[in-house]
Amino acid sequence: MECVFGLVGNDFAVVAADTSAVHSILVHKSNEDKIMILDSHKLIAASGESGDRVQFTEYIQKNVALYQFRNGIPLTTAAAANFTRGELATALRKVEDQMILESCKSSSGVPLVLSHYNPYFVNILLAGYDKETGPSLFYIDYIATLHKVDKGAFGYGSYFSLAMMDRHYHSGMTVEEAIDLVDKCIMEIRSRLVVAPPNFVIKIVDKDGAREYAWRESVKDAGVPSA
Amino acid sequence: MQIFEYNGSALVAMVGKNCFAIASDRRLGVQLQTIATDFQRISKIHDRLFLGLSGLATDAQTLFGPYFCQPVIAGLGDEDKPFICTMDSIGAKELAKDFVVAGTASESLYGACESMFKENMEPEELFETVSQALLASVDRDCLSGWGGHNTYRSKGKDFERKDGLSGTKYLTHEISMDLFF
Repeated sequence: MECVFGLVGNDFAVVAADTSAVHSILVHKSNEDKIMILDSHKLIAASGESGDRVQFTEYIQKNVALYQFRNGIPLTTAAAANFTRGELATALRKVEDQMILESCKSSSGVPLVLSHYNPYFVNILLAGYDKETGPSLFYIDYIATLHKVDKGAFGYGSYFSLAMMDRHYHSGMTVEEAIDLVDKCIMEIRSRLVVAPPNFVIKIVDKDGAREYAWRESVKDAGVPSA
Repeated sequence: MQIFEYNGSALVAMVGKNCFAIASDRRLGVQLQTIATDFQRISKIHDRLFLGLSGLATDAQTLFGPYFCQPVIAGLGDEDKPFICTMDSIGAKELAKDFVVAGTASESLYGACESMFKENMEPEELFETVSQALLASVDRDCLSGWGGHNTYRSKGKDFERKDGLSGTKYLTHEISMDLFF
């Protein structure tokens, strides 16, 4: 089960996500990066259905870039979070029509249409740094509940990481303290979750931008053999 | 899975003497898990009107299209007469003279309000009553709680400015109650 969690430090925000891509009992790969760099100072850590995760986060990324091209200034983290939330909320209730195949048309020749909802099953933690307001973390779940938080988590791992963060988190943590707490959470997930993902990626965003901080690997994928 | 109980909520509004109070809990949860303890359920529409939305949090955040939400409306009407009302998710109104409740803790809230309510309470006493009723009720409901937000509004002094503009000052007190062990 996918584990994503994050927290806000004194002038940075850090998010961690597991890196396994799983279908039923099969692990396709264990180095799948689920934290997208949205723009220079934003990270989007997403968990949920893999097709939706990739398509939706890329859609958000491209729209955030379009805003910057059109307006000359980047979106704030709160604005990007509200935009993301709006897109999830729209998809939640918008009716999509699917045309039924030619062979299944009704006797009078009228095309049959299947109407259904098509929500995105993606849970998101959006971390960012704004010059004016500093670091921030937004919790956005798949039914478009938006809340600004100091610490957040999704998935079965959240039962362990949230508890760990409730115990050890305090506002204004340094990078060292925060990474130590992230490692504590990963240790807890690894030892207590029955189908624990082996590898994690940690990314950080601060005044210098969004970047990958570290990987925590206990299982390495076999390399692709050269042709 | 009950959709109205997905996030958990507790809302109450009460009428006093020329004043009203509206209070909510602060928990945002996803079924059994607590996500945040600082969620705002009550919005100020304008100086004399407050709206609280219980039920599904995502619908409370969607403009022009709440579905699984139960609003609690509190305000000062004509001649500053306090007004409260609640309705269900499809708009069945309940106008009450004394108090209205909503949320997962509504049954406890009915009991607590019924026993603690008195007619024509002054603002300070009304605030205390609403706070105690809310805290007592959410303590018996695992899906709501983690403290409360209480807003009470009363008509303050009438004032007149030098340029001839006259008006009424409204006293609003917003208090956040922390969880008391």
